[in-house]
Amino acid sequence: MAIVTMREALNQAIREEMQRDENVFLMGEEVGAYQGAYKVTKGLLEELGPKRVIDSPITELGFAGLGVGAAMVGLRPIIEFMTFNFSILATDQIINSAAKMLYMSGGQFNIPIVFRGPGGSAFQVSSQHSQALESWFAYFPGLKVVMPSTPADAKGLLKSSVRDNDPVIFIEQERMYGSKGEVSDDPELTIPLGVADIKREGKDVTIVARSLMVPVALKAADLLEKDGVSCEVIDPRTIRPLDIKTIIESVKKTNRVVVAEESHPFCGVAAEIASEIMERAFDYLDAPVKRLSGADVPMPYAKNLEDAAIPNVDQLVAAVKEVAYIE
Amino acid sequence: MRKRTPEPTRVGAEDTSATGLMDQDSAEDADARLDPAEAEALKAAQKSRFAELDRATLQSIYRQMLLARRFEEKSAEAYSTGKIGGFCHLYIGQEAVAIGAISAIGKDDYVLTSYREHAHAIAKGMSPDSVMAELYGKAGGCSHGKGGSMHMFDKEVNFLGGHAIVGGQIPLATGVAFATKYKETDQVTLCFFGEAAVNQGAFHESLNMAQLWKLPCIYICENNQYGMGTSLERAMSLQDISQKACAYEIASEFVDGMDVLAVREATLRAVERARKNYLPTLLEVRTYRFMGHSMSDPGNYRTRAEIERHQERDPLKLYSASLKEEGVLSDSELQKIDDEVRAQVEQAVRFAEESPQPAPEELFTDIYADPIQANE
Amino acid sequence: MATQVIMPKLSPTMEEGQLSRWLKKEGDKVSMGEPLAEIDTDKATMEMQALGNGVLRKILIQEGESAPLGQLIAIIGEPDEDISALTSQAPASAPAKADAPVAEKPAEQKESEEPKPAKPGEIEAPAGGNGRQAQAPVAQPTTGRLIVSPLAARMAAESGIDLRSVNGSGPGGRIIKRDVEGLLSQQQPTAPVGATKQTHLRAVGSPAQKSDIATASAYHDEPASEMRRTIAKRLVTSLGPVPHFFLTTEIEMDRAADMRSGINALDPELKISVNDIIIKVAAAALMQHPQVNASFQDKVVRYYEHADIGVAVAIEEGLITPIIRAADQKSLSEIAREVRELAGRARERKLKPEEYVGATFSISNLGMFGIDEFTAVINPPEGAIMAVGAMSPKPVVRDNEIVVRQMMRVTMSCDHRVIDGASGAKFLQTFKKILENPLFLVV
Repeated sequence: MAIVTMREALNQAIREEMQRDENVFLMGEEVGAYQGAYKVTKGLLEELGPKRVIDSPITELGFAGLGVGAAMVGLRPIIEFMTFNFSILATDQIINSAAKMLYMSGGQFNIPIVFRGPGGSAFQVSSQHSQALESWFAYFPGLKVVMPSTPADAKGLLKSSVRDNDPVIFIEQERMYGSKGEVSDDPELTIPLGVADIKREGKDVTIVARSLMVPVALKAADLLEKDGVSCEVIDPRTIRPLDIKTIIESVKKTNRVVVAEESHPFCGVAAEIASEIMERAFDYLDAPVKRLSGADVPMPYAKNLEDAAIPNVDQLVAAVKEVAYIE
Repeated sequence: MRKRTPEPTRVGAEDTSATGLMDQDSAEDADARLDPAEAEALKAAQKSRFAELDRATLQSIYRQMLLARRFEEKSAEAYSTGKIGGFCHLYIGQEAVAIGAISAIGKDDYVLTSYREHAHAIAKGMSPDSVMAELYGKAGGCSHGKGGSMHMFDKEVNFLGGHAIVGGQIPLATGVAFATKYKETDQVTLCFFGEAAVNQGAFHESLNMAQLWKLPCIYICENNQYGMGTSLERAMSLQDISQKACAYEIASEFVDGMDVLAVREATLRAVERARKNYLPTLLEVRTYRFMGHSMSDPGNYRTRAEIERHQERDPLKLYSASLKEEGVLSDSELQKIDDEVRAQVEQAVRFAEESPQPAPEELFTDIYADPIQANE
Repeated sequence: MATQVIMPKLSPTMEEGQLSRWLKKEGDKVSMGEPLAEIDTDKATMEMQALGNGVLRKILIQEGESAPLGQLIAIIGEPDEDISALTSQAPASAPAKADAPVAEKPAEQKESEEPKPAKPGEIEAPAGGNGRQAQAPVAQPTTGRLIVSPLAARMAAESGIDLRSVNGSGPGGRIIKRDVEGLLSQQQPTAPVGATKQTHLRAVGSPAQKSDIATASAYHDEPASEMRRTIAKRLVTSLGPVPHFFLTTEIEMDRAADMRSGINALDPELKISVNDIIIKVAAAALMQHPQVNASFQDKVVRYYEHADIGVAVAIEEGLITPIIRAADQKSLSEIAREVRELAGRARERKLKPEEYVGATFSISNLGMFGIDEFTAVINPPEGAIMAVGAMSPKPVVRDNEIVVRQMMRVTMSCDHRVIDGASGAKFLQTFKKILENPLFLVV
């Protein structure tokens, strides 16, 4: 065990998986000679060579599709989007090819590919470079969507994603690359997809949070503890398939739930979770499921406006108090 | 500001790198009718091709073309009686392209194409039974009825699909070629698409990567001159598609798509480039579809006369005439092949008719290779 | 459309209300369910909620002024709406009819009538989940829609609570978990509502079957007299929901202690404790004083046939009172075994609700903590709880001589709504007599 950053944990995961399996290659913009726009792929080109670490032109649709094609015939690509904002250009290949190939081919062609890169809000890069897209991808059967919130989760989940035989959308939070935590150096340690993690146990209110909202939720829970409100913080980690069981069990215990997310509220993951809770645990609810989502606006540039667009600890505390019927 | 008057501009063909034998520069239709001198030149070229090929290969190519034709005629019939649903894009008129090109590669090589792919699938070695059953939406179909007309796949014969977003298969094929080079095999990948796909970014992004990384992919543009109902002239600024390769320094050729052996030869040259040197090629193959874009196409964007003009150069007619002329096959042998092919298609229809519908539980299979039951 | 705000009926006996404080001023935006004003009724200060959306256009009575029920006291409307027709009729407004914000409690309107089951669809309160609906007959439905959280609705349905008697403490008056819990703690969960002088037969007059003992005690209800109800109401308003009074006595425990060691010497496996003896004695005394083995049920006083004794057990998170059902019917050894078993599971939090809900009398013993004397809080709807202190040797005067005896002080908290001083004292006298001379148990 060592304390490393999220960035280093991801780097370890990619390096270990590429060392383990010759069929894994890494492709994306600036992943090689530049050492990665966010330094996640630092050192990999020198270590693994240009055959396996490939700098691509700025051609997201092209290299995403290339990755899917390579996966059809036995390679296991890791396709990096410099940021997930650019994946929007590649969505035809992600959705129409990667997600559906196995089904359309009657089970003949599975697509073992990882599309990864930073997503969510960044620091003052305005509307086109700062947005949460997980609900887009989570919408489609055939895709798996993973969002880690700690370095250990990032490493274990990325390793599982590379080993998984289906297309995985792996969204790293751009603001969290520098966040630190204990990470195992055991190359065989993976974290299974589709399993939520209870980041903190509690009995009064369940907070479902992912990615950047997990540290926010843990901080809110600390503050609320002082007011006598015990919060259970659940990080689904995998958005699709969602470990709804763990969430429902928690809600049955606490009877109240707040779902926090960076993304826009409309048709968001929180809306889906709220709906699942309503369908599966209606009779256990003592308050309406509360969502705390990012503002329903394109991300602004100005610091004060940007801060106002992203859910914060105070808002989460207030949301929890609302469902707990505390003034 | 002065309004620009649209003028039909054609970039000169004299500097094309293609080895095209057809005149692409005639103003109104750059297509069917040949002047006598050109027709003579074509014939001469064909003769020399015949000389190089053995009888079995020539016969097999004919049989494949005829099978594709008869299979699709039967599909149209089944579509009209409601046995086949959804979209059904027929290939009739274009058979020389798929059969000619695929005859130039081996079983281990890969083929990807668009949604007009019944002939490619059969030419690559898929059983007509499983293709017809797929059209019928039956369990015996290659994709168990989940793919339909536009999504034929067969892993056994390296047929990697019918893809239904225009141009979507081009990056995929580039990736397949990337993988074969990565694994250091000598496999090549054929990627078919219509000329309308050339306007998609996917085409340009793929050709750029293919030449940048020297990938053994052969891009075959089946230029049937209409993107659905819009003619090439109305959709493309530079209509000489083989020239688009210049932008990426890719080798290219212009090919008569009504001459099956011309397609085969051009493909063979591209295959050699790919196998030996991991180099891509762009082939522009000029052809024509005799049927509508799909079964639901009213066809009011072109005249009957135009279609009939092209039908004079029906690739099957041209090829069977040559076979007779060259003494490869007699009338009775040609008839015998037709009878056998018809029986084969009848058998495919029978298979499809008798095949059961997919089991209801098939709805939820094949979504994930590694399903996770978290959501139960 | 303007909404007329009228003086609402906020208590069963309210005839007029005094406007204590406006929470909105003229021109403020108000929305449905938002608190509008505080009203002093004859009983308490209550919040009045807005029943319309818009702007508080006009306030018609000032703070400190009173108005009879149904009088127009304010108008909510659109900012530009003409409300002159409404303001002109303000003082002569007719009493509220269907739109009274708080409907009268139906049972009080229909006191003399037999309770009727509600017609389907008449109450819009959500039914309990899992197909389990309230089995208790419910009285006439009110016209208002009940706002209930799904959990509260299910809890109410499972325990047969009529939600119309519950005041919601959530936003907009939503009835939530804590409201139902509050009511559950005051009410016998399985009790049918509104039954009169009806005996619920369960092994009456014949020795209780074991299977019966496992369930809650049978009981019969007698109408609470007008005096009893008045006393109940008055005491509640002066002292809180359960008016406690306390009775203390000191008991000489030597014989009880002797009995315990005697029994345990005969069979060490039995492990009888002093507390077990106290339970048994309390049960015996309760049988002789049914007015103490009773609970106040608003319109009836409920007398139980058996002594279902709750035994307070301290657990990590607080305390819980598992119940020894029909302790009057059980032997000491049965009681001892059951207490041990229930307390064990209580500490593991494995008790089923029926094992800790619905005692008729409780005992809380803090003797093991060295507490000499304390008062315990009644667990409603029980009528009393006994707080038992430590047993310790003390000099006492017996036959004019100072001698040392094992003394123990007990304090009984009584619900004055059912138990009066004298009846409590008589029970305690009997309890003391038996405990000082346990032979009475077998006499």
